[in-house]
Amino acid sequence: MSARAKSRINDFVIRLANVNGTGSASANTLLMKSIFRMGVPVTGKNFFPSNIQGLPTWYEIRVSGDGYLARSGDVDVMVAMNAQTYQKDLNRVTPGGVLIYDSTWPRDRQLARSDITILGVPFARMCNEHFSNARARILMKNMCYVGALAALLDIDMDVVRSLVEEMFASKTKLIPANMEAIELGANYAKEHFDCPLPLRVAPLDKTAGHIMIDGNTAAGLGCVYAGATVGAWYPITPSTTIMDGFKTYCERFRVDKDTGERDFFIIQAEDELASIGIVLGASWNGARAFTPTSGPGISLMSEFIGFGYFAELPAVIFDVQRVGPSTGMPTRTQQADMLAAAYASHGDTRHVVLFPSEPQECFELSVRAFDLADRLQTPVIVLLDLDIGMNDWMCPELDWDETYRPDRGKVLDADALEKTENFYRYLDVDGDAIPYRTYPGVHPKGAYFVRGSGHDKYGKYTEESKDYKEVVDRLNRKSQTAATLVPKPVIERSGQPTKTAIVSVGSCDYAIREAIDILAAKGIHMNYMRIKAFPFSPEVEAFLNEHERIYVAEQNRDAQLKHLLTIETDYPKERMESILHYSGLPMHCRSVLEVIAPEVAKGEAA
Amino acid sequence: MTYIAKPKIVHGGLSRNGLGLTVRDYEGGMSTLCAGCGHDSVTAAIVQAFFELDIPPHRVAKMSGIGCSSKTPAYFLSASHGFNSVHGRMPSVATGAAAANRELHLLGVSGDGDSLSIGLGQFCHAVRRNLDMCYIIENNGVYGLTKGQFSASADVGSKAKKGEINQQPPIDAVQLAMALGGTFVARSFSGDKAQLIPLIKAAIKHEGFALVDVLSPCVTFNDHEDSTKSYAYTRQFFHRAVHLDYVPPADEIKAAYDEGEAMPIQLHDGSRIVLRKVSEDYNVQNRGAAIDYIRAHQRKGEIVTGLLYIDEGEPDMHGLNRTNSTPLTELPYERLCPGADALTALQQRFR
Repeated sequence: MSARAKSRINDFVIRLANVNGTGSASANTLLMKSIFRMGVPVTGKNFFPSNIQGLPTWYEIRVSGDGYLARSGDVDVMVAMNAQTYQKDLNRVTPGGVLIYDSTWPRDRQLARSDITILGVPFARMCNEHFSNARARILMKNMCYVGALAALLDIDMDVVRSLVEEMFASKTKLIPANMEAIELGANYAKEHFDCPLPLRVAPLDKTAGHIMIDGNTAAGLGCVYAGATVGAWYPITPSTTIMDGFKTYCERFRVDKDTGERDFFIIQAEDELASIGIVLGASWNGARAFTPTSGPGISLMSEFIGFGYFAELPAVIFDVQRVGPSTGMPTRTQQADMLAAAYASHGDTRHVVLFPSEPQECFELSVRAFDLADRLQTPVIVLLDLDIGMNDWMCPELDWDETYRPDRGKVLDADALEKTENFYRYLDVDGDAIPYRTYPGVHPKGAYFVRGSGHDKYGKYTEESKDYKEVVDRLNRKSQTAATLVPKPVIERSGQPTKTAIVSVGSCDYAIREAIDILAAKGIHMNYMRIKAFPFSPEVEAFLNEHERIYVAEQNRDAQLKHLLTIETDYPKERMESILHYSGLPMHCRSVLEVIAPEVAKGEAA
Repeated sequence: MTYIAKPKIVHGGLSRNGLGLTVRDYEGGMSTLCAGCGHDSVTAAIVQAFFELDIPPHRVAKMSGIGCSSKTPAYFLSASHGFNSVHGRMPSVATGAAAANRELHLLGVSGDGDSLSIGLGQFCHAVRRNLDMCYIIENNGVYGLTKGQFSASADVGSKAKKGEINQQPPIDAVQLAMALGGTFVARSFSGDKAQLIPLIKAAIKHEGFALVDVLSPCVTFNDHEDSTKSYAYTRQFFHRAVHLDYVPPADEIKAAYDEGEAMPIQLHDGSRIVLRKVSEDYNVQNRGAAIDYIRAHQRKGEIVTGLLYIDEGEPDMHGLNRTNSTPLTELPYERLCPGADALTALQQRFR
């Protein structure tokens, strides 16, 4: 055991280097879940290739008793199970860290480092000796390293066992073999090494009332709870699991047990142009409808999004952002669709965009998106990113208010239409720039003609300048109404006098809050505003105006959020400075520190 | 689509349908298409078909894309809902509309540019889904609004007004729909009202995707000599393969047909169509033979019209999905939301 090993309890990062398609995902989840069940805050990030089998993949688990759940950038425990990436993985270990490798085969002498602890466990040999089936030998190696880590990191074996029992609840025959593999690893570690390591887990009570869930599943569940009945999509990474989530829960809760009849319709469309067309058609006809997609889908949908804006049709679009432009890096994360979403389509448009920061918010804002789309009669885009969407995050349990009823907005039903003399689709009756709509087929007086071509306030075709302008000017006013209805920003004040603040969105949140704490400990105090929606609420500009200097932190090259703030507020551009992280990996606090206080960042890296 | 309100004159002599409405109640605004446009005849046939079927206008949604054909929904059924979508994408909007409310009658009006070029993909997938709608293509082989370019349905050797000769093979909506599993495939001619009206009625009543490809000449850009989509050419070469009568559910089949000459087919709502074979060797329920027949006549330069294929046995989009028979839009929210207890329970696996 190297004397350099830092003694750190509940504060380290485990990185598991695997090969895609070898079944490592469930072992890695088991490891993370075990730590979570011990009451210790934890987060898991999956770094995977655009591939099904054979290429390298990594899983990173950050254990943080203090609840810092951003990626840290360090690797304290590396489990090197992939010979192909061994050299790279070895180099990644932070000095003082530990590397665990499969010692079944002799290790090249050149692959040495004196500043870390290297532990060899013959995972393959033990599994080959113990299991006869070829596939089991591969799968059980994963469980075997979970066992070794459990012993080395002092993870409660009873917790591991109960999780294995839950994992295989429907295939109980598999429990003994998996437990044997885990024990093989644990026993080997106990016999050959000083267990536990100075880096280890100690039980805490900080995960009660929390769950571990990915944002896509939470968003899909939100669609079920919002009462969405039509979902249309074209499969695209990293958004696919939104529809998977919706489907899973619809099949559980919305299928008649006797007749098999379904209270939902999921349509896998031929492309994203069709997906959004289906959503607009369904929304127009009175259903709550949505489509999950990613950046390339937004590009394809743009014409229809503009149609939805101009014809004033609700739609909910989830854009789980990935690295662009073009195909980009489809399995990496970014926040580079903000401008595209805010102004999607040709012509003058401005869309409602929501920015959840973690899975619980994905659930909440998913429901909220449908209410806003119906209330404002316009497409609403929920901007997730791959990090939120596909990784498991620790977040508060999802909660449901039984008194919730959907806000379907200004819809004239048959009774209202019966009493109405004349229904005009685009007339601003209430002065809030939101007209009344009807659902087709409800009443003869409710019929009108939807069109993307010029129309006047009565809904009639027009090529008259005055009538056209009247409609688009009202749409602009509707956007101002939207700014008052969308979720307000989250503002966290430092408690100290300061004229400096950080402004950000979405999944940057944990990295920024960690950086703010580190800076505060050094006497540098910052206020913080996390924007949750566009068009910006009046609170956004008011907050900016309280400060002399604003750091805008975001995950893209071109400072898209800063551009939006420049376009949509009067705050001086020269007083905003960018913190940009666009490597495709989730943001870590160091990228914030490097801009604000480089000397502090250096200290953190050491 | 310029909108000109049409004066509504109802004189006492007008007959009324089962709803007490006159044909005037099914009309729309004044057409702004060129005088003599085939599309206006299709508009008239649509008006007559819906009137005769006693369908309340507000229970109909007129769906269209972009182009001369797609403007026509403004010229009929003014009391119906209309959705003039983006170019080539009407089938997806119709799919969503059908998913939401399976009881609304969907009438799609499209053109050869809208359906066979920019919207070919959407057209194909609507056929595959067996989306329950009547889908009319007003087919003139030419782009009118952009002044006379060939469309994908233009025949090889057909000459444009400015003299250019089309050399690319045409996409035939009828053969395409048959190949894709279409369950109701028909072709007609805007100048053959006697054939067109019962065809549209049967297409509306068919549960599934019903294509009616209507040759509808463009008087301005494609009605000259050497065009294969002109009135003169179509009149000369169209060939009625099958004659169809539409019989409403309550009516008896009154006409006397000789044994083997007529074939009644029952539609889902109890109405029937009676097919009278004009050609002895034609079988309207044999997909392969129908395609062969169409192709054989095509080689002779003839355009086969009529109901060319029908299959009433295939489930439509909702049948395949096993959707609740109540329209999804009518399901109460309480039925759709699993509630707080279910949410707590389902989170067990995330703890």
